[in-house]
Amino acid sequence: MSKAIPWWFNSLLLPLANVGLAFVACAIVLWLMGIDVLFATHVMIDGALGSGEGVGYTLYYATNFIFAGLAVALAWQAGLFNIGAEGQALIGGLGISIVCLYWVPLPMILLFPLTILVSALFGALWAFIPGWLNAYRGSHIVITTIMFNLIASSLIVYLLVGPLKESGQMAAVSTTFPQQTWLPSIENMASYFGVTLQSSPLNISFIWALLCCLGTYFYLWHTRVGFETRVVGLNLQGAKFAGIAQRRIIIITMLLSGALAGFIGLNEVQGSSHQLQVEFVSGYGFTGIAIALMGRNHPLGILIASLLFGALYQGGAELAFNIDSVGNDVIILIQALVVLFCGALELMLKPSLINLFRFNSPKTEAGNA
Amino acid sequence: MPFFILFVLFLISLSGHSHASLTVADKVQSTRIAVVYDRPNKFDHSFNQAVYENGVVPLLAQGIQVKEFEPANPAQTEQGILKLARRGYQPIIGIGYATAPAIRKAALRFPNTAFMIVDSIIELPNVQSITFDEDHGAYLAGALAALMSKSGKIGFIGGMDIPLISKFSCGYLLGAQSINPKITYLENFVGPTLNAWNDPTKGRELAIYQYENGADVIFSAAGGTGLGVFQTAKDHNKFAIGVDSNQNSLQPGAVLTSMVKRVGRVVFEHVQAFIAGEWQAGPYRYGLAGGWIDLARDQHNQVIYSDRLHGEISNLKAKIINNQLPDIVRLRQCSVEQ
Repeated sequence: MSKAIPWWFNSLLLPLANVGLAFVACAIVLWLMGIDVLFATHVMIDGALGSGEGVGYTLYYATNFIFAGLAVALAWQAGLFNIGAEGQALIGGLGISIVCLYWVPLPMILLFPLTILVSALFGALWAFIPGWLNAYRGSHIVITTIMFNLIASSLIVYLLVGPLKESGQMAAVSTTFPQQTWLPSIENMASYFGVTLQSSPLNISFIWALLCCLGTYFYLWHTRVGFETRVVGLNLQGAKFAGIAQRRIIIITMLLSGALAGFIGLNEVQGSSHQLQVEFVSGYGFTGIAIALMGRNHPLGILIASLLFGALYQGGAELAFNIDSVGNDVIILIQALVVLFCGALELMLKPSLINLFRFNSPKTEAGNA
Repeated sequence: MPFFILFVLFLISLSGHSHASLTVADKVQSTRIAVVYDRPNKFDHSFNQAVYENGVVPLLAQGIQVKEFEPANPAQTEQGILKLARRGYQPIIGIGYATAPAIRKAALRFPNTAFMIVDSIIELPNVQSITFDEDHGAYLAGALAALMSKSGKIGFIGGMDIPLISKFSCGYLLGAQSINPKITYLENFVGPTLNAWNDPTKGRELAIYQYENGADVIFSAAGGTGLGVFQTAKDHNKFAIGVDSNQNSLQPGAVLTSMVKRVGRVVFEHVQAFIAGEWQAGPYRYGLAGGWIDLARDQHNQVIYSDRLHGEISNLKAKIINNQLPDIVRLRQCSVEQ
């Protein structure tokens, strides 16, 4: 007696089981290290969700992960592995800095759209070159995008040591932007409506990130270009046969992917640090790959994975801060275990769970990633 | 364990700003300082470790509570420093220029909390800015390298191409030229990201390049990356000069000397001053006078860094301290350019 697999199996039960398994593995590791697991769990959950500040930081980190995850996922839908989100974000941040440092005295209602546009343009420009090389010269996108990360980093260091340098600073950072250009924080926006929130770097770009999720979903599943993108990703030969201009699709996809990555600068540069720092991306672009993997390259999945990872980042920071025997390496280990179980081993539990619920074996679903 | 931590938190919340009218012993007991390390990590065999070994460990031995914090990214640095300030830690010591933006922000938000920043200058009424005359130490290192070099070629490997490191390379080159005006100088930087301070593999590659191009002494001003440089020096039977911590023992016989920056001792002394109530905000500069910057000489290198060389370097050192150096004006330029 067997029945078809219901929708909640793939989209709810399986991810939850994977996350659960990851946490069991984390608990074992922490226990082996002689750390009080229950207390550590409490510190992590309380740190990530237990206070207004914790939630603020969780959502703030999640904002970066949403942008990075969407950037990687969008490219992946066209079969392109964009691991250059790191560099595209850096260049996007550079564009924002230029606008904010030499700002035209615009009100925020005009400045925010302008910085969105500029960060998108700069990020897209940085993704365009690898995209073009891939489309017209057949260069491998993995190689070119990762090289462009290093080029972006060198360019930023050069600019921050030279033209954009703040005088008297040993660090390679730009001058702090004029206060009028800072993105409104959620804290300030809430106080405008009479609600008092605890201080955190969470800002309006979180709302923009949510809109980007919606936009990406609409683009991929409800427009013609989006459809063509997915066809190119699923079967290049088929796309060619169907008369889809795949070079055009590759370039458009990389432009959009780079633009999404460039938005990380909104949250980090204009929303939080209010100056350009060499290391402001600090791995968010790479974490975006894990986010896209965990979120099955779907905007909703990416949103959930970003929230989970935001909580892990913030909870992990609290854990390392409050328990001296937990170093940063332990936090990375915990994150890595979550990626391992939710991403790389995502289908490991599937057969046994299917047996458990006596569903039909999903032979026909094998290629339906 | 949980209750203990809660108890400590409780104590912290009680003793926010009530440091007045306590005895010195009470003050030692009630002083809770915070040390925020530079990335990549505390045990880098160099800058951070110097703070830990010569600053934090003696303070702990004294019975002072030291909260150590190793941030994993810039957002965490800021978050952590703000949290430390909120919990009443004082002084909060930012180790390294990378913590400067966050220290500045926290110092503005907590004007009654004492902050210290090493390797950067923050002009705020509640911040002590501690800088070192790295260029002077580098000058001595350059002179020693030139005295030691047989090929007339010396190398410099810097972490990142940033103002702090230009101060090193500038002094180093001047020092070398003071001994041999025609010296050939090779310069490489490890990379554009913070990983540059902890990349021994890249350090090794650059060192191989410089040694094979004829350099016989390399000054490595790149933190933990130096480990790769020292290893290569050993393999090539050449010399290297370490930085920040005394790195002589890492490859005895190959590490000619280390330009030590006694940042740990400075932290220790400043915390003592804080306990004694003599803490003053403002800029503090430490140099060769008093040995805050020096070329390390110990059992690991006293054969190669011989008495004769040591004598010459000591002469130069005295000249710099007494402002009698012929090219003192040019040496001053090294820090003015920043």
